[in-house]
This record gives sequence, C-alpha cells and structure tokens, in this order.
Amino acid sequence: MTSSKQALAHPATSADAAPGSQPGAARGARGRGTPPPDPGSWRSRLYRWDMKASPYAFIAPFFVIFGAFGLVPLLYTAWYSLHNVQLSGLDHQTWAGLDNYKNLLSSEFFWNALENTFTIGVISTVPQLVMALGIAHLLNYRLRGSTVWRVVMLTPYATSVAAATLVFTLLYSWDGGMINWLLHFVGVHPINWRESDWGSQFAVSSIVIWRWTGYNALIYLAAMQAIPTDLYESAALDGAGRWQQFRHVTVPMLRPTILFTVVVSTIGATQLFGEPLLFGGVSGSKGGSAHQYQTLGLYMYDQGWGIGNLGKASAIAWTMFLILLIVAAINLLVTRRLRKSQ
Amino acid sequence: MRTSTRRSRRLGALAAVAALTTGLLAGCANDSNDGSSASGDGGGGGKGKTTLTIGTFGVFGYKQAGLYDEYMKLHPDISIKENVTTRTDVYWPKTLTRLQAGSGTDDIQAIEVGNITEAVQTQADKFVDLGKEVDKSQWLDWKTAQATTKDGKTIGLGTDIGPMAICYRKDLFEKAGLETDRTKLAAQWKGDWAKYVDLGKQYMKKAPSGTKFVDSASSVYNAALGGESERYYDKDGNVIWDKSTGVKKSWNAAMTVATSNMSAKLKQFDPTWDQGFAKGSFATVACPAWMMGYIQEKSGDAGKGKWDVAAAPTAANWGGSFIGVPTAGKHQKEAIALAKWLTAPEQQAKVFAKQASFPSTPAAYDSLKPAAATTSYFSDAPITQIFADSAKTIPVQNFGTKDQPIGTAITDVGILQVEQKGKSPDQGWNAAKAEIKDVLGQ
Repeated sequence: MTSSKQALAHPATSADAAPGSQPGAARGARGRGTPPPDPGSWRSRLYRWDMKASPYAFIAPFFVIFGAFGLVPLLYTAWYSLHNVQLSGLDHQTWAGLDNYKNLLSSEFFWNALENTFTIGVISTVPQLVMALGIAHLLNYRLRGSTVWRVVMLTPYATSVAAATLVFTLLYSWDGGMINWLLHFVGVHPINWRESDWGSQFAVSSIVIWRWTGYNALIYLAAMQAIPTDLYESAALDGAGRWQQFRHVTVPMLRPTILFTVVVSTIGATQLFGEPLLFGGVSGSKGGSAHQYQTLGLYMYDQGWGIGNLGKASAIAWTMFLILLIVAAINLLVTRRLRKSQ
Repeated sequence: MRTSTRRSRRLGALAAVAALTTGLLAGCANDSNDGSSASGDGGGGGKGKTTLTIGTFGVFGYKQAGLYDEYMKLHPDISIKENVTTRTDVYWPKTLTRLQAGSGTDDIQAIEVGNITEAVQTQADKFVDLGKEVDKSQWLDWKTAQATTKDGKTIGLGTDIGPMAICYRKDLFEKAGLETDRTKLAAQWKGDWAKYVDLGKQYMKKAPSGTKFVDSASSVYNAALGGESERYYDKDGNVIWDKSTGVKKSWNAAMTVATSNMSAKLKQFDPTWDQGFAKGSFATVACPAWMMGYIQEKSGDAGKGKWDVAAAPTAANWGGSFIGVPTAGKHQKEAIALAKWLTAPEQQAKVFAKQASFPSTPAAYDSLKPAAATTSYFSDAPITQIFADSAKTIPVQNFGTKDQPIGTAITDVGILQVEQKGKSPDQGWNAAKAEIKDVLGQ
C-alpha cells in the first residue's frame, strides 16, 4: 500500500510543477543568451515583437473558438429571448421585451421542470457520491488485480448515454421488463416505471448513478492515494479502527476533492438532458405524460425544437444560465466557509 | 545567426508540411470522386458528373426498391446520395433551419404530412413550384391540395399515403371465439370505430391469456381521426381542436379503450411495442399501408400466416409524405427531373411491391402487386384491393401549422394519462388542453 501510494503521488506533483515553470525558464535563458546584435535593426525589432506577441498568438485559438462558438451564441440567445421567434419564421422576429420571461415564470410547466431538475439532481447526486466514496475506499485496499477493478469501474462512464438508456428502458419496461419480473418474486405488483411520478424519477436517476459513480470513485481514489500514510499509522497507534480512520483521516483529507465533485455533479445535474429524453422514447422531450421527469433541459428542447418557439426556448436557456451562476455563487460561499473553519 | 537559420529551416519544414497536407487533402477529394463515379456507372464516362442528395426520414423504400440504382443506370451522369435522419422530430427542425439559412439543404427534401401545412404556409418561397413541371391530375386531389398554396404553387410531389386497414391475429380471434373471416369482420364494425371497440369488449371476455385486443388507445385515436374531415384546424386555418367533432368522436373511442382493460398500454414505436409484436401480446392494430412492413419485421417468422387484414371501420388516412425541391439547391433542374421520376406511378408501384408504401397516384392502382412474402405473411389477404378501396374514399382533411405538436399533446399527454396513470377522461382532456395552450403560446 505504501509504495503504490508514493509512486502515484510523486509523478502527480512533478507534473503539476512542469507546465508552469519550464517554458518561461527556457524562454528567459534564450533571451539572455543571445542579445540582439544591433538594437535598431529590422531583425531585432521583429525579434522583440515576436517575444511580445507570440504568447497571444498561441493562446488565441481558444479565445477565437470560444468567441465564435461560445460567446456569440450566448449573446445571440439573449437577443432571441427578447423576441418572438418561431422556428418556421426566423426572418420574422418581433420585439417582445421581457414577455418570454414573464410567460415562463407564470408557466406551470417551467416550475414543474425546475422542481424535477432539483429532485432528480438530489436523488442522483447524493447516492452517487456516497457510493463513489465507499467504492474508492474499498479499491484503496491492497487488492489482487487492482487495475482490472479500476478499469471496470470506469466502463459505465465510457458507454454512450444512448446505449445505456436503451438498456435501462428495457429493464424498466412495465410489461416484461426484468425489474418488474424480479419484483414479482417478492410479491410486488408491476410498477409502471415510466408513468409513475416517483418511479420515473428514480429510474432516470439510476441511469445517472450507474454512469457516473465509477468516474467519481476514480477521482476519490486518486485523492486518497495522495494522503500520507503516516497519518493512518499514527491513527492506528492511537487505536483507531478502519471505520474511524475513514471518518477522521480520509474524509477530512478529501474535503477539497469532495467539494470539486459536488460542484461538477451539480452542474451536470442542472443540465441533465440525454437520459430523460431517451428514457421517454418517442416523445421523450415531454418527460412523460404528466411531465413527471421533464427537466429544464428537456423543457427547453421541447419548446425550441418540438413546438418551434425559439424565443421562449432562449429565455429558458438564459434562465438556466442564471440558475447555474447562483449555484456557483452558493458553492463559492460554502467553500470559503469550509476553508475558514479548517 | 544560429536562431535565424533554425527559424528559416523551421519555416521550410512548415511550408513542406502545409504543401503535403493540402496535396493529400486534394488527393483524397480526387480519390473519393473517382470512387463514387466508378461505383455509379461501372467506371465509364465520369466527366461532369452531378451528385444529387435526397434528405429523408425513416424508410422511404427508394433504396430498398432499387430505384436509385435504376435511375443512375438511366442517367449515367447522375449519382444519388440519400441522407437519412431516422426521427422526424429531429429531421424537421433541422430542415426548417437549413431552408431559412438558404444553405445546407439537400437537392430534394422529404416533408411529412404533419408538417406539410407549415411548409406551405411559411416556407413556400423556399421551394420550387413543381406544379408547373408535372401533370397534377396523376395524384389524388386531396394529396396535391395539401402541398399547394392559396395562390396555386405546389411545393411538393406526393409520395405515399397511409390508407387504413385493421391487421388482426386470426389465431387469437379464433381462441377468443370471434369471427375470423375478413369480410364478415369488416361488416361487423363497418361505419363506426365504436363498433370496433365493442368487439374488443367481446374479445376480452374470452381473451387468450396474456393478450389484449389492441396495442394502445392512441393508435385507435389516430386511426379514427384519420377518417374525419374535421381535425384540429378549419379550412381558414383557425384552431378548432376543442370544438371539432372529429376529435370528439375519436377521443371517445380512445377513452373506451383506455378505461376498459382491452389495451396492451404500449407506446407506438417504442422498443416495448416491438416486443409486443414479437410476443403477440395484442390481437389487432390499426395498420396504415406503411405499417405492414413494420409488422412483418417485428413479428418475425412466428407471426407468418397468423396475421390477416380487414377493411377499417371508416376510410382513413394516417401518414404519408411529399418530396420537394429547395430553391437553395445547386442542381435544381436535375433534382426536379429526379423528383418527378421517383413519384411517377410506375415507381410508386415498385416501392409498394417492396415496402408496401401505398401510392398516391391512382394510375398505379391497377398494376399493384405486393411482394409474395407480404401476401403470404398476411394470410393471402387482398391487400391491394383493401387499401385501394380505402384510398379512393378518404375525405379531404384540413391541416394546420401546429398539427403535429397538437396531436402529440393529445396522444402522449391526454390519452396516456388516462391509459397509464389511471386519470379520468376529464382529467386527461384538461391536461391535453393545458398542453395545447402551451403549444399555441396562448
């Protein structure tokens, strides 16, 4: 256990140091080593210009691409959200002011979608992270063929949403699905997983949990292996059992990692789209006959591409963006609190 | 000095790489061109070859019936490529945006009947007027009328239509002690879908275990509505869905199904529906002509000879498509010629022979021959005659711009809530109403 931990921890730190220090050092060395022969010459001016401009040229591709495919659509969506735009009449936009937003706030479907996004987010994120922590703890023991176990953990993440959801849809089918068949042996009546309110939300969450637990477990595992072993040794000397070690050493040391996964999972949950869409089958963007698992993402898709009301869909997109900003702000506050308390 | 030589060398290398890449890319492009022309006409000619693209959704049967190969043989200077998007709800928004952007469209675009009014009312200037190119009397009047604007511009040529019949499992009917002869059955429910539903009640009294009378309430609704002239819109394009007699009648028939345990409660075109065919868990399904191939595929060999076809209670139409030529296309002349050829009676008959998609040109009806496999699969039923009889008496229906989303709201929200969540018909109706209000932005 000790050796593997150190082996893994070491390259991580050197890799961290590498990108920041090396290029700058090399550049500095070259700058000092070959002073420009004649400060007024064309070549030396070019050289100085190269020194100043090249870094910008190197980072430019990202910003150009972000501008074209990120910022422009973002602003254009904001513009759309203030207009009445139909998919079939993109040329005929009429100014609507804040009507789309007002319409949204008074729509029962919007609040329903918001609520579903929240509940599905909670019942998928919480068990997922708890399970990931447990699995990571188990994988952290000395195991035979540990690489195999770790790779297997990651396979669900590598499968496509479509393939996974299709299989789950068949498992959850109310007539002849495997889950109802198993429930039948314990005397439970078949549950209509897709149309019942809590059943469908549970089913969608289970797909999310299945796909992401292994991914989070590997992140936790990596962080666990960076915890110095002497902490465990001294805890053991103080008479702490495995469970106490986990509670008093592992979890506190993992705090920053846990926070990171919470933030990432929250963002993922807010944008949940593929799983419920495909789970719903033919008219999946409705999220069930009573919109029982329609998330904000689905509602936006249904408004934009199902109904063709692009103005309202844009308003939903911007509302989602604002919600994410609020979530990020809350996360920031919590992080600061935690740091202070440490 | 050292740096400058290094730099110039680097520049040289860069230039070489750039030249190589462009050369390679150009080489690739040439290769693929040669490749396609070689496969098109066996390596001959190849100069000035035009590639026409055709955008479709689902299975149109042109490829399956070998029509593309046949056309390319007749016209060695043309090669055809089909771009298929399987789901209509993905295909149509994509096509709409491309039409309006004026770029990225295929030379020929298919349009589903549920979208044709929207296309006619909002996209007419983006399509070539095909009415001037063809003899419009070849098609059923109502079919051409659906694709024609108020000022007489025809933006699409009719491909198939969806005349309705009832496909039923003869073996299950026999076990339930019902009539199995197709003409006598048709006589029993003739004229009213309510009679068909009544037969379902009779079926359920002695139903073979694990089977239901019908796959879903929504399929009964769609089938019944397909025979009504009054749907969601009136002639002038006003929404009348909540006052429409057609909707009311079809809704009531569907509600009887949804509340009386005769439905297998499946959602059409879901994987579980496919399984239902394979397991034989329902005895009847309203089948427009295009669905016959589907049944054959999903029921598999186990269903061979057990399925039979009887005339539907009323002459009805469900589905069918058009193909149009966008003005943004680069090869309009060639595209028009291809569209004309593909929708001509002879070619429609060939598609029917392969895929059982029913022609929209009556001239084809006399020469129709279904594939031998299809005939024997459906107990040698006179499919051609049943569908032709239905096709000739289908009423003219008015469509509107939001036909498809309104239909989805009624079937996938209203009816589904009653059928699968145990809501009352009134609750289901109100849910559909709220949904449609949202659809129409009221």
